[in-house]
Amino acid sequence: MDWSQILTNAARSLIGLETVIYALAAIGLNVQFGYAGLLNFGQAAFVAVGAYGIAVTVFVLGLPLWLGLVVGLAGAVLLAVLLGVPTLRLRADYLAIATIAAAEIVRLSVRSATLRDVTGGSSGLSRFSEDFYALNPFPSGTYGFGPWRFSERLTWILVVGWVLVALCCLVVWLLMRSPWGRVLKGIREDEDAVRSLGKNVYAYKMQALVIGGVIGALAGFVFALGRASVQPDLYGTELTFFIYTVLLLGGAARVLGPVVGAAIFWVVLSLTDNVLSQAVGAGYVPDFLLTSTQVGQVRFMLVGLALMLLMIFRPQGIFGDRRELALDAR
Amino acid sequence: MPADTAPEHAPVPTGSSPAPRPGAAGHEDAAHEDAGHEDAGSALGPRTLAARQALRDVPHVPGAPKPDPVVVADGVVRRFGGLTAVDVQHLEIQRGAITALIGPNGAGKTTLFNLLTGFDRPDEGSWTFEGRSLSRVPAHRVARRGMVRTFQLTKALSRLTVIENMRLGATGQVGERLGTAMLGRLWRGQEESNTRRADELLRRFKLDAKREDFAGSLSGGQRKLLEMARALMTEPRMVMLDEPMAGVNPALTQSLLGHVKDLREQGMSVLFVEHDMDMVRDISDWVVVMAQGSVVAEGPPDAVMADPAVIDAYLGGHHDAPLTEDDEQEQLEAAEAELEAEHDREVGR
Repeated sequence: MDWSQILTNAARSLIGLETVIYALAAIGLNVQFGYAGLLNFGQAAFVAVGAYGIAVTVFVLGLPLWLGLVVGLAGAVLLAVLLGVPTLRLRADYLAIATIAAAEIVRLSVRSATLRDVTGGSSGLSRFSEDFYALNPFPSGTYGFGPWRFSERLTWILVVGWVLVALCCLVVWLLMRSPWGRVLKGIREDEDAVRSLGKNVYAYKMQALVIGGVIGALAGFVFALGRASVQPDLYGTELTFFIYTVLLLGGAARVLGPVVGAAIFWVVLSLTDNVLSQAVGAGYVPDFLLTSTQVGQVRFMLVGLALMLLMIFRPQGIFGDRRELALDAR
Repeated sequence: MPADTAPEHAPVPTGSSPAPRPGAAGHEDAAHEDAGHEDAGSALGPRTLAARQALRDVPHVPGAPKPDPVVVADGVVRRFGGLTAVDVQHLEIQRGAITALIGPNGAGKTTLFNLLTGFDRPDEGSWTFEGRSLSRVPAHRVARRGMVRTFQLTKALSRLTVIENMRLGATGQVGERLGTAMLGRLWRGQEESNTRRADELLRRFKLDAKREDFAGSLSGGQRKLLEMARALMTEPRMVMLDEPMAGVNPALTQSLLGHVKDLREQGMSVLFVEHDMDMVRDISDWVVVMAQGSVVAEGPPDAVMADPAVIDAYLGGHHDAPLTEDDEQEQLEAAEAELEAEHDREVGR
């Protein structure tokens, strides 16, 4: 087994493209679920709206990149408002049902044959990211050190991605230490109490849903530009559940929770994937137990197991405050 | 005391004229003379006397007009399916007084509370607060207009600290607007003054030692105190307390009672739901009795508690009269007839 290869891959996952995408999406979800208590099970739809916003605007309509960004952000705001208007006055579970359904509607719409000319159907779209890479200030070559050596294209998207992550964390930190964030945390616990103190609970929930959705769309931008393509099936419900996993791993309602969660999630996935496939390849694991094609599925089972153990032994996540959580039992 | 001496003690507001309303000014005074109130016990403050004086000539009938009503409700009806939970023809609540709302379980007291404060919508009816209609006004706007409520099941936000709970109560916060939330220097000054006010209230409610604790770690009674203190952060002119004594340790009862009386001395109007008759007798100036959704009696505590209609409402009629054999027979027959009728209905279905 080639341990240096395994460790190199794990180290690269620590700051890789997937980590950025999941961190951004989870930061958005953290605003909604972690701070405001909104059960948004459609975060994948917001990511998809961001990704397709760029792809359709730039590739299909032939408009400039910045307009694609505007379309993606506006789409996320619109989706949040559409979802929020009918559901935010109702009990929390209605939002969960509406968002999980809406996410599937978005995915099935963009992959439908009818819209093939606009969204590329099930094969998606590509060749829309050249404008973005034309802005790349890094001349061609390899950048970084140790295990973190990336091509100029990957370096560019990673730099942009991590800057976005840092900015979003800063915004969340500033918001959540303000009285605005205090109202949100109050709503998470008991919205009637907050309402009785003269706060417009509905407006706050809507604002949280929109902010979280917009950050989700940023994840979509990085997703689309980093892969230089969009494919509808990458935005399924499992994306939403992985984002929840990331958030719970790191600790909900903590500013850096989603970032740490995303890094751990992808490092663990990379480790299990590489260790298992190398072990199978080297014959350490007998064929009847596990074949190399099954490794992909098994690693997600291990992630599930890890998440269960985490919820049992450290329910507040890596960063959470146990004291805050323990009080819930009353 | 002769009626005409009353105005010398305190300005008894009459009619709807905007008489010197004891709002903001009274607030500060009371905070300073706080210790005095707590020890005073049963001694009546000037505003208490004024309130009792004002209510002296009000007839003891349901829907009686008050000299200076702060809340006026007309024809408020709320139905849940076939059940009429609330059907209040006319109700006036006197400004600056403590009014108790009593009645047996299921009388519709909490439902009426929810309706008045915008937490529920009536099927019919209208009501005003300080002369302005509150029909279809959402709960948070009701609170902003100065009518704040507490809940039967205490809603202390247990994962916020005590001081954060208090800060949340302040209204008109610049930092609560999304546009300005991120710019700390725009709201820090206001936050500091709110915190000072919060600390003052916490001292008054003897919660200052718990300032940094999570509200979830407080006892039931302390949570009630916190909820009341937090409600006062909104600077209300009317306070609605839903069973303020429920689940409170007897040691804290007196202190809670003192705080409720304080509200009146600071010029606030109080409406509260309560089952504890001793408390009702002790602190209320006026009692409104509800049964099966409507107001069945009104009056000062002693008069109301002697009212046969009230005793009927609570105990189902003639509870204390010794039963003669004839009566017993009569009741038995009535009960049997009722059972039969019920049986017929069931069968008929």
